[in-house]
Amino acid sequence: MELKEKIRKFIEANLVVFEDEAEFTDSDNIFEMGFVNSLFAMKLVSFIEQEFGIEVDNEDLEISNFNSVDRIVGYIENKKAA
Amino acid sequence: MAESNKEIKCVIWDLDHTVWDGILLESDDVKLKPGLEEVLKTLDSRGILHSIASRNEYEFAVEKLKELGVEEYFLYPEINWGAKSVSVGNIRKNLNIGMDAIMFVDDQPFEREEVKSAHPDITCIDATEYLKLPELKRLNPRFITGDSQRRRMMYLDDIKRKVEEEEFQGPPEAFLSSLNMKFVIHEAKEEDLQRAEELTVRTNQLNATALTYDYDELNAFRVSDQYKLLVCELTDNYGSYGKIGLALIEIKEDCWHLRLMLMSCRVMNRGVGSVLMSHIMQECKKDGKKLLADFKHTKRNRMMYVSYKFGNFKEVSKDEEDHILFENDLSMIQPFPPYIDVKIL
Repeated sequence: MELKEKIRKFIEANLVVFEDEAEFTDSDNIFEMGFVNSLFAMKLVSFIEQEFGIEVDNEDLEISNFNSVDRIVGYIENKKAA
Repeated sequence: MAESNKEIKCVIWDLDHTVWDGILLESDDVKLKPGLEEVLKTLDSRGILHSIASRNEYEFAVEKLKELGVEEYFLYPEINWGAKSVSVGNIRKNLNIGMDAIMFVDDQPFEREEVKSAHPDITCIDATEYLKLPELKRLNPRFITGDSQRRRMMYLDDIKRKVEEEEFQGPPEAFLSSLNMKFVIHEAKEEDLQRAEELTVRTNQLNATALTYDYDELNAFRVSDQYKLLVCELTDNYGSYGKIGLALIEIKEDCWHLRLMLMSCRVMNRGVGSVLMSHIMQECKKDGKKLLADFKHTKRNRMMYVSYKFGNFKEVSKDEEDHILFENDLSMIQPFPPYIDVKIL
């Protein structure tokens, strides 16, 4: 599965609103849209670490790295390239 | 190595030659060790949970426990032929508590060592010592609150919730809305303080500063104009989760300073963690001040760190002891989740 698709699937499976109400593009800020909660943040971080074998450092734990599908993909690609 | 002083939250018992005299598979006529039921009951009334790690035939052993009238005391019993270290690991995971808050009682040194080697933080006790358990300091919480007395019942409610949740067809948020969760936030009253102290002592994973306060300190904050001490309680269709969250805010001239924020691990998977935080942020914004928060990394509270960072808190300073000061400009406040009815009293 493509990276972007994996991320999208994960987000969709963990939304706190009903799926049919939740449409978001790859660049939409999922946090500002109120689609996700505090628990989601931790789940997302664990998911990224386990699924892609990355360690998310404390310095990287900025919401700007994770607030849209595009940002998350960018972050993972960066980490993998490093 | 120094023995830990941490309060024990769960005692895990072996069965043969520990809970009862004899070996069940050799003789059906086993009897509870004298005084053991009293020990179970006493610890239970203090809010200490019991479980089982035994090599036995599951159904046979459970039947026997029922017959002996003690089955109800044990949560998540692990009765199987696998290694006890694995059983203990499963119990820990199901209860979502730290290994250093677990005591393992077994008559066989081999089993105790096997468990200890896999889980160095656990405390192991020889079964012959069972009558002394109620006197041990680590099994004597400073206060016994309403929440501690009901603790086993609350865990049983959790088990029911889990079963229903696993059987629930449909998206997880639909299950959460079906629970009819009510989250009540209020300023601490005097009768809340024992539970508040208990929370600061018991909570590790979701404690932002790793600080603990005792009754008198908390009471001083409660009556002071310079502080707000908030308590929250969660209930749903299955009953009350009890008082599960606490926040201490220092009200200063130009800012609110969040000194302590913690949430019981039992409600972690309910997505309620952000509610108390959002409430504080809203109130602070209304008061026209900025919000500061203390944070201290521990081995276990990364989840809290993530919550702060994703809650738009920015690190403004860090001292040599790694105490972090966060600031929040309150430009982004998460709304309360739609599936929780929030009441501010």
